[in-house]
Amino acid sequence: MLSKKVTDCNAHGQDSSYFLGWQAYEKNPYDDVHNPNGIIQMGLAENQLSFDILQTWLDNNPDATGFKKNGQSVFKELALFQDYHGLLSFKKALVNFMSEIRGNSVTFDPNNLVLTAGATSANETLIFCVANPGDAFLVPTPYYPGFDRDLKWRTGAEIVPIHCSSSNSFRITKSALEDAYQQAQKQDLKVKGILITNPSNPLGTSLNSHELDLLFNFISTKNMHLISDEVYSGTVFSSPSFISVMEVLKNKNLINSEVSKRVHIVCSLSKDLGLPGFRIGAIYSCNEEVVSAATKMSSFGLISSQTQYLLSEMLSDGKFTKSYLSENRRRLKHRHETLVKGLQKVGIRCLKGNAGLYCWVDMRHLLSSKTFQGEMELWKKIVYDVRLNISPGSSCHCSEPGWFRVCFANMSEQTLLFAMQRVKSFVESMSKKNSPPRHEHLRLSHARRTKSLPKWVFSLTSNQLEVGDLR
Amino acid sequence: MLSSKVTCNSHGQDSSYFLGWEEYEKNPYDEIKNPKGIIQMGLAENQLNFDLLESWLHNNPQPSAFKNQNNQSIFKELALFQDYHGLPAFKNALVKFMSEIRGNTVSFDTNNLVLTAGATSANETLMFCLANPGDAFLIPTPYYPGFDRDLKWRTGAEIVPIHCSSLNGFRITKSAVEEAYKQAQKQKFKVKGILVTNPSNPLGTSLTLNELDILVNFISTRNIHLISDEIYSGTVFSLMNTEIAKRVHIVYSLSKDLGLPGFRIGAIYSNDELVVSAATKMSSFGLISSQTQYLLSKILSDKKFTKTYLSENRRRLKERHEMLVNGLQASGIRCLQSNAGLFCWVDMRHLLSSNTFEGEMEVWKKIVYEVGLNISPGSSCHCSEPGWFRVCFANMSEETLVVAMQRVKSFVDSMVKKNNMSRHQQLLNRHSRRTKSLPKWVFELSFHQREIAADER
Repeated sequence: MLSKKVTDCNAHGQDSSYFLGWQAYEKNPYDDVHNPNGIIQMGLAENQLSFDILQTWLDNNPDATGFKKNGQSVFKELALFQDYHGLLSFKKALVNFMSEIRGNSVTFDPNNLVLTAGATSANETLIFCVANPGDAFLVPTPYYPGFDRDLKWRTGAEIVPIHCSSSNSFRITKSALEDAYQQAQKQDLKVKGILITNPSNPLGTSLNSHELDLLFNFISTKNMHLISDEVYSGTVFSSPSFISVMEVLKNKNLINSEVSKRVHIVCSLSKDLGLPGFRIGAIYSCNEEVVSAATKMSSFGLISSQTQYLLSEMLSDGKFTKSYLSENRRRLKHRHETLVKGLQKVGIRCLKGNAGLYCWVDMRHLLSSKTFQGEMELWKKIVYDVRLNISPGSSCHCSEPGWFRVCFANMSEQTLLFAMQRVKSFVESMSKKNSPPRHEHLRLSHARRTKSLPKWVFSLTSNQLEVGDLR
Repeated sequence: MLSSKVTCNSHGQDSSYFLGWEEYEKNPYDEIKNPKGIIQMGLAENQLNFDLLESWLHNNPQPSAFKNQNNQSIFKELALFQDYHGLPAFKNALVKFMSEIRGNTVSFDTNNLVLTAGATSANETLMFCLANPGDAFLIPTPYYPGFDRDLKWRTGAEIVPIHCSSLNGFRITKSAVEEAYKQAQKQKFKVKGILVTNPSNPLGTSLTLNELDILVNFISTRNIHLISDEIYSGTVFSLMNTEIAKRVHIVYSLSKDLGLPGFRIGAIYSNDELVVSAATKMSSFGLISSQTQYLLSKILSDKKFTKTYLSENRRRLKERHEMLVNGLQASGIRCLQSNAGLFCWVDMRHLLSSNTFEGEMEVWKKIVYEVGLNISPGSSCHCSEPGWFRVCFANMSEETLVVAMQRVKSFVDSMVKKNNMSRHQQLLNRHSRRTKSLPKWVFELSFHQREIAADER
């Protein structure tokens, strides 16, 4: 009676634990005054650190929200504006902002930009354009759980994971790529391309030039597409600097080449500017056919002209964007450090990250067994006992149990510090709970682990990667 | 390299509906700067009430500025609000508005409402929920050209037309529906439902009780769905039993009633929990900006405003409609009698050189290029008879509409002169024969006269 997309339970992927933890939070949300024992939300990758800067801009620029331009009302024009080519002034401002985020190392042409209601819409639309039902895209693990819905549900496309491992800090390797490709072929799936998130969600790292080289070589030889979801590009707060696929095209002299027609970028203002509610996303592609088709498809998810206008005014303010980007980075860096240090105090390490709104946290030593059941056990303790909603690695399709994504930019600093205290209490109680031999066993295995593995597993820099990658 | 959705022509965008638009874009009318340009009469927009909206905004500056009634900023809350269940204050205000439009004869439950970025998104989402690739929906002709893209392109669904005829004012008949169903079966399509636009685009008429009966009986016996696209504010029929009610779904939008197509405000209303649940998740692909949800929640919560707006909007639309009908009548051109919409369904069959679609295209090209009016030819709306055109009346100023009517008059006068006297006589004879042989009501159908059993044919 209803379509298979509705009745095939779980095709939307929304029963994963990623969403269940969220539901637990909704029932018992932390509030420092009203509900201090509630669950602290650390599973939501939002950027709440810079609203004051945005509010100040709004206060100083009332015309942008008042439907006025140079004192004249533009309400009627905006109310009627439903052109799927998008508001030109907004597209121009947006491409400049995208350049600025990338240190002005590359420029973008507004004619190659397609506006969509959020990156969610952009990703789905791109897949509709480059994949037929049953075709596959290779995606490095761990990856954003939403992809299972966004890339597969209505498009009929498949995802085949490129397994990344903690043994080399989850960097993409040539063999992992080839494995994934072979796996797809075994399943009789035609591989149409690779989709990466750069900077990565949930790792919080940006791809290094070695990985980017691997990817470009792979898509060149196999004649496939590369979609680079760069929604976190404005959240890079420390070195190494972010390398966009556009920059790679430029450096390899591939602009206007055949390969450039198969490289597409997805952007959004949800993470950089912290405006997920406004639904501002975009596809950037040098492929005319893709731009043309995606533009028509954007009819199914256009950005409100009211919102396009506001953002065109805001992003055209060069003074504002410059100071925003640098202050935002500074605040993110500080928060990131707060989380990393807070966890470090209780012997919990994070993958060294330079971007994103979260850390990729290693809790393998806290597992009772090195299995995904063990991970779920630990996760439930953290959600219900420690009362922190964090995302278990399994929900991100991580191939190894024990890793968790913990967000740091969606709460106040006090709340974050409070969360760190709860973690401290938890870890300490766990040590006490276990009988001395077990505690000793844990301590020893932790020490063993730290001794047997090179320090660089936990604090990889891009140079040191070359060592790990050869495995 | 690219998907077949891209490489084939299934977006339907090469139809004349869009080509006329392109011509207008190249040479748009402006009363001062380009008085000889093409007047846009192919765009079903409601531009008649911006003064009312602007006045409201002027008197209520806070919502646009992200401020609540206590003048506190709620910018952060809105900026973060991406819940696909939608802003509760907006949904509450929207369902009340939907009731008000329908004279408060029905009430709507916000739990059955799914917000989408425009009716375009709503229609496609409903298709994804109700039809598998290769399934079909039956749609009465003539219909909105955009449906070919919205309902079929990415969903893989099919449209099978229910042919309606000028003989009975394009009303849906039982036999036409059954014909369409058989046609679908011949093509081996599984029919999942019927989609109607009520009031109709491009006819401008609302469905009669008789037509609604036919539809409800049909979906009941065949156990299929009914989607009612009510963006032009149709009347929701007071329904039948709960079981059938679960298979009736409504699409709504503020693009036509409030004239806000740019803000992308649409909704699906359904009594089927599974549909609501799935559509809600699918709405992730086209959520309404929270900035816009908030503003509209304030506008629609202002009962004094909505009451005044709705009555004034109706009054102005009626006036414009009359201007167009009378203006065309002065040139001997008749319209299908209509009570809704932002356009008239105009009978220009007598101007065709031949009673064919080629003849229709010929007249259409003359009207676009020589008369300088972009109107929509019936063929672009899948009308089964040539010679009908959709002409919009609410997307320009009154002065511009007057200019358009003058141009039509000059055109018709010149056509008459062009032909020699005998041809003119031929035309006159044919026209009077037509008016004599067909009952007057074919041209002046009213809601009540509808009951005359024309649909038995």
